[in-house]
Amino acid sequence: MNGFGNVSGARGLTALSGSESPPSPGSEPGTVDMMVNMGPQHPATHGVFRMELRVDGERVLDLVPHIGYLHRGSEKLCEHELYSQIITLFDRLDYVSNFNNELVLVTAVEKLMSVEPPPRAELIRIIMCEFNRIASHLLFYGTFAIDMGAMTPVLYNFRDREKVQALFESVSGARMMHNYFRVGGVKQDVDADFAARALTLCDDLERGVDDSDRLLSENAIFIERTSGIGVISGEAALDWGLSGPVLRASGVPYDVRVEEPYSRYAELDFGVPVGSAGDCWDRFYVRILEARESIGIIRQAIALMEPGETMARVRQIARPPAGEVYAHCENPRGDLGVYIVSDGGERPYRLKVRPPSFCNLQALRDLTVGHYIADAVVILGTLDIVLGEVDR
Amino acid sequence: MVYGIGLAKGMGVTLKTLLRPAFTVQYPDRRVGVMGAAKAAGISTPGLIFKRPIKAFRAVIGLERVAVRPTQSTRFRGNEFTWYEERCTGCASCAKYCPLGIIKIVTSPGGINVQEGESYAIDTFDIDIGRCMFCALCVEACPYDALHMGSSFERGNYVRMDLVLTKADLNAQAKHPSTWFRPQMEARDFSPFDDVIDDMKQAGRHEMPSVERLTERWVEDRKTDQAEDD
Ligand code: SF4
Ligand code: SF4
Repeated sequence: MNGFGNVSGARGLTALSGSESPPSPGSEPGTVDMMVNMGPQHPATHGVFRMELRVDGERVLDLVPHIGYLHRGSEKLCEHELYSQIITLFDRLDYVSNFNNELVLVTAVEKLMSVEPPPRAELIRIIMCEFNRIASHLLFYGTFAIDMGAMTPVLYNFRDREKVQALFESVSGARMMHNYFRVGGVKQDVDADFAARALTLCDDLERGVDDSDRLLSENAIFIERTSGIGVISGEAALDWGLSGPVLRASGVPYDVRVEEPYSRYAELDFGVPVGSAGDCWDRFYVRILEARESIGIIRQAIALMEPGETMARVRQIARPPAGEVYAHCENPRGDLGVYIVSDGGERPYRLKVRPPSFCNLQALRDLTVGHYIADAVVILGTLDIVLGEVDR
Repeated sequence: MVYGIGLAKGMGVTLKTLLRPAFTVQYPDRRVGVMGAAKAAGISTPGLIFKRPIKAFRAVIGLERVAVRPTQSTRFRGNEFTWYEERCTGCASCAKYCPLGIIKIVTSPGGINVQEGESYAIDTFDIDIGRCMFCALCVEACPYDALHMGSSFERGNYVRMDLVLTKADLNAQAKHPSTWFRPQMEARDFSPFDDVIDDMKQAGRHEMPSVERLTERWVEDRKTDQAEDD
């Protein structure tokens, strides 16, 4: 003992237990494993999320995710709210794809009440959800590029997302927390020139997605940073319960819109893009292709639109019969499910959300171990989590 | 793979965008040149230079600014609520439907209402917009079209209590009702940014119906509700 105490402690780093003993013969002399704390306030964690990394130099040896910083008790809160008030809470789960969240709740309650929304309302819902999927993916391209140090793409993506939000504002009166879908339809019909504006926006978005594609996909640095990083096989992805683009990038063509068509998706013709390698590049590119499919869906849905009612005749205060129901829809992040137990009252007895971000996050440790710290950020970026949904 | 192609492609996109007009809006005001300043003042450019040389000079050195209002949809749910006291019956439907319970209403007998005739007088009508999430469920719940969302978004305050809209505030402020869930306003192309509706009769969906019509409606409603319950 030289009397200086714990040297690594004095450097402000926590040495692991056992590291004070001389390094074992196999490892490099003089190195110790280090705990690095990333988050909860870290720009690369996309919200309040903490990763505890054990690293050997730049290599990640172990990763422990810590969640719960954004827990608001949404599920419990739902037990105290009317069904129409719950819609406002669902807006705040995954706050980048609010329409898709609302859809899942109203679908579940409609299933329980055996209500059939009018065809026009269903199409408006589909158009809004697909626009929201594109907006969410646009945000992903941008923030993902920022994770890797490319500042430019996010500016283009925000420009295009801004146009989508302007359309949302003209339909629902709000740019993010829309509160627009209702049990039995949508609150208010879209205005007269909606179809024309939506079609123009489709053209704009097509160009916007192409821009992202050209800026990133074929870029040599981008490929170096993403291909072969965080590989997960289709089987492993299914075992982890992953869903959405993360699952499809591994080559499993599972999409709730196709497997269990809800709303009027069965009438629409669209492809389900799948990747092959299951690495970060595939997870990125699947989302580019998906945004293009969404544009196609919107165009078809607009062509199908006919004037008519937008609300089925249901009471403003929905009162579903006693029973239980599970409904799930394809969110931009994956398979979002909601399970409702009703005791016949105006408020649910119990409500449970199956958040795709939360399930996808489980695979983070397996994907990251063995890669560099900088890759941990990239891998987390491709999982595209939204902490509002992870923590609820 | 040839290195550098990706870089060149990326720069290509950047270059193209450099030549496009800017998408960003400068808020709350933007700098204008001589021509812009003349347009804002409503006179011709030579007129500005000769008649108001100081203003023209300021524009040249970049000191002249004009206010910018971002384009907003008329359905935008803004934060100053529009409320018509004469339309309000004090039924408190809005307060009950609000998920956050931030509307406080106190009534006493003896008021007058355009649609129902005799009703309650509103003693207190407070909305705490500091806690409001602008979901507009209160607007939806109001059976008399007395409450509308506003259209503004500028309400910075130093004190939280200033965010509570009291009855006096609601009556005093200019009424720019949003057209959200108010199809009658949309039907006549009402724009909340240019127009003010001070006359409560124009804000409503319907004028006072006759007693016969009201009774008829209640009977109908009860019948359909009963049919649903069975
Ligand atoms: S907008 Fe929503 S939160 Fe605000 S007062 Fe109305 S019901 Fe309550
Ligand atoms: S719902 Fe309308 S009429 Fe009833 S108290 Fe509220 S503002 Fe007044």
